[in-house]
Amino acid sequence: MGTDTELGAHTEAEKDMAVMPGAETGMELHREAESDTAKEPGAGRQAKWNKYLAAGLMMTGISLALGILGLFWTPYSTTAMSAAEKFQAPSLRHFFGTDNFGRDIFSRVMQGLGTTVVVSSLVVAVSGTAGILLGAFTGYFGGLLDEVVMRITDAVNGFPSILLTLVIISLLGSGKWNVVLSLGIVFTPSFVRIVRSEFLRLRDADYIRRARLMGVGRLRILFVHILPNVFSVFWVSVMIGFNNAILAESGMSYLGIGVQPPDASLGKMLSDAQGYLQNAPWYACTPGLTIVWLVLGFSLLGEGIRRRGE
Amino acid sequence: MKYFGKKVITLIMTLFLVSVAAFLAFQVIPGDVVTSILGTEATPEMEERLREELGLNDPPLTRYLHWVGDVLKGDLGVSYRYSKNMNERMPVAELIGDKLPVTLWLAFISLVLIVAVSIPLGVLWAGSASRTGGRAGRLGHVLDVSLGVITQAAMAVPSFFLGILVTYIFGIVFQVFQPGGYIRYQDNFPGFLGYLLFPALSIALPKIAMTARFLRNAMLTEMKADYVRTATSKGAGRNRVLYGHVLRNAMMPVVTFLGMIIAEVVAGSIVVEQVFGLPGIGRLLVSSISTRDFPVVEILILYITFVVIFVYFLVDILYRVIDPRISEK
Repeated sequence: MGTDTELGAHTEAEKDMAVMPGAETGMELHREAESDTAKEPGAGRQAKWNKYLAAGLMMTGISLALGILGLFWTPYSTTAMSAAEKFQAPSLRHFFGTDNFGRDIFSRVMQGLGTTVVVSSLVVAVSGTAGILLGAFTGYFGGLLDEVVMRITDAVNGFPSILLTLVIISLLGSGKWNVVLSLGIVFTPSFVRIVRSEFLRLRDADYIRRARLMGVGRLRILFVHILPNVFSVFWVSVMIGFNNAILAESGMSYLGIGVQPPDASLGKMLSDAQGYLQNAPWYACTPGLTIVWLVLGFSLLGEGIRRRGE
Repeated sequence: MKYFGKKVITLIMTLFLVSVAAFLAFQVIPGDVVTSILGTEATPEMEERLREELGLNDPPLTRYLHWVGDVLKGDLGVSYRYSKNMNERMPVAELIGDKLPVTLWLAFISLVLIVAVSIPLGVLWAGSASRTGGRAGRLGHVLDVSLGVITQAAMAVPSFFLGILVTYIFGIVFQVFQPGGYIRYQDNFPGFLGYLLFPALSIALPKIAMTARFLRNAMLTEMKADYVRTATSKGAGRNRVLYGHVLRNAMMPVVTFLGMIIAEVVAGSIVVEQVFGLPGIGRLLVSSISTRDFPVVEILILYITFVVIFVYFLVDILYRVIDPRISEK
């Protein structure tokens, strides 16, 4: 009986263990890769939905919709100042209250969210595409290119990403496009690693050997036969990439070395709001909680996709 | 011992490559900095004199050797932006000198907080997650799930927002400390440490969540190992198995993880110093980047990189000391 409950505990623990965030990703993905090989290829699809996926989609969906809307339309003007409306607490008229110039914070958050969404999407698009290309070639062909690329990614992965970003920003200067470029470069190695390990794993799978025997071209094998099977793992890392990009973008704008005015940004709002913490705590809390909401949404989405793939 | 020698050589090679990269990045790529210092109204003679003064007319290799030699001798160069007085530029060493202790103490306090909280928390968590049956099992499950939710949320909060929340909660609501009222360590050392506790808390909280999660998962994985079944069937009690056997083995990956955390704590202080107005090297780095003060940026990046590489080196050595099985490979 004792051993029975003991074993029960392990399976229970294993289920819970899947709730793991970004930091342990390497380990997590590794484990997933192992369980994947054990599974029959094409084994029946499991539940399409789970609560992580639903919560994540809801949270990111709301923020993306508000952010994109914020680029074109906001309920109030984001620049019109009004002394009479200054420092109003959140109400039905101003959901997030007003700031020191009497501007509507909700409208400004919408606009900042728009910038964050655009910048982080571009960052993920740049680094994800570079990651797929480099990872596919190095994983499938190996050789000298693989050696060189792996040494570089090891070196970059070893350092706190903020340092390399700061180096690039200090050389290029700040601004929206430089943020995209520098974060795109810094995030590429983690994508390369994940894609490469998947290509390495599938390179000698039976169906690929057969395709080779039948004379399928190399590029076709890479991108038509292998790539679709990499996506389940790839999407999880895309979600983690979104998280890191959002945190990095807002952190850099907070420090004043990211997106520059007139582009609105949540980080800049936070640093402005810090001085009014005593009188208007909502001014700092609303953009801050918006970032938390967005990051949490992408974490849950990543977790949901991972569980669905299992 | 042979391994140790090999590691030292790798360490030196890495440091060399980093210094070349930093030199190329900050002294060759940016090109001529003279106009950015003097502005557009300077005469060609003034520009030429400054170029000579900064040694910009020499070929890159000479400049690199010169620079490395100076840095090794302790001469870190002069800032482009700050002046000591009318005729002299501010030496980078002097600029960094009194800011360094602030950052080092901040990192140290954060690290103490991380280790002191996350390890007991992780052990407790793994203990409660592995309990089954009866009330203890249900309680354990509740604790497991709620810790999971709390840590997940803690990791989603960016450090600068966490800093602002800490300022609001402890500084304005409870008034435990004076926001923005930094106390110089030269004036009042205990007061300085007390003030640093709050920025340190902002750095440490997400890392505590990460480390505790990591330890919990490592312990739960370890519990499936054969030796655990052996120990249990030999009649060792639950606590003995958990703390005597499982924890020791689960600590191995945690040591590596903590090594990575140290690097992140150093990087994290860059942002948190800004939030709390601490005059540390992180704040200097950010302001030097905005003003494109390359000599200062270069030395600070080099310095932080060296610290990170050195910590990895130490972790690598430590890992072998703790787990002799690795050296047998």
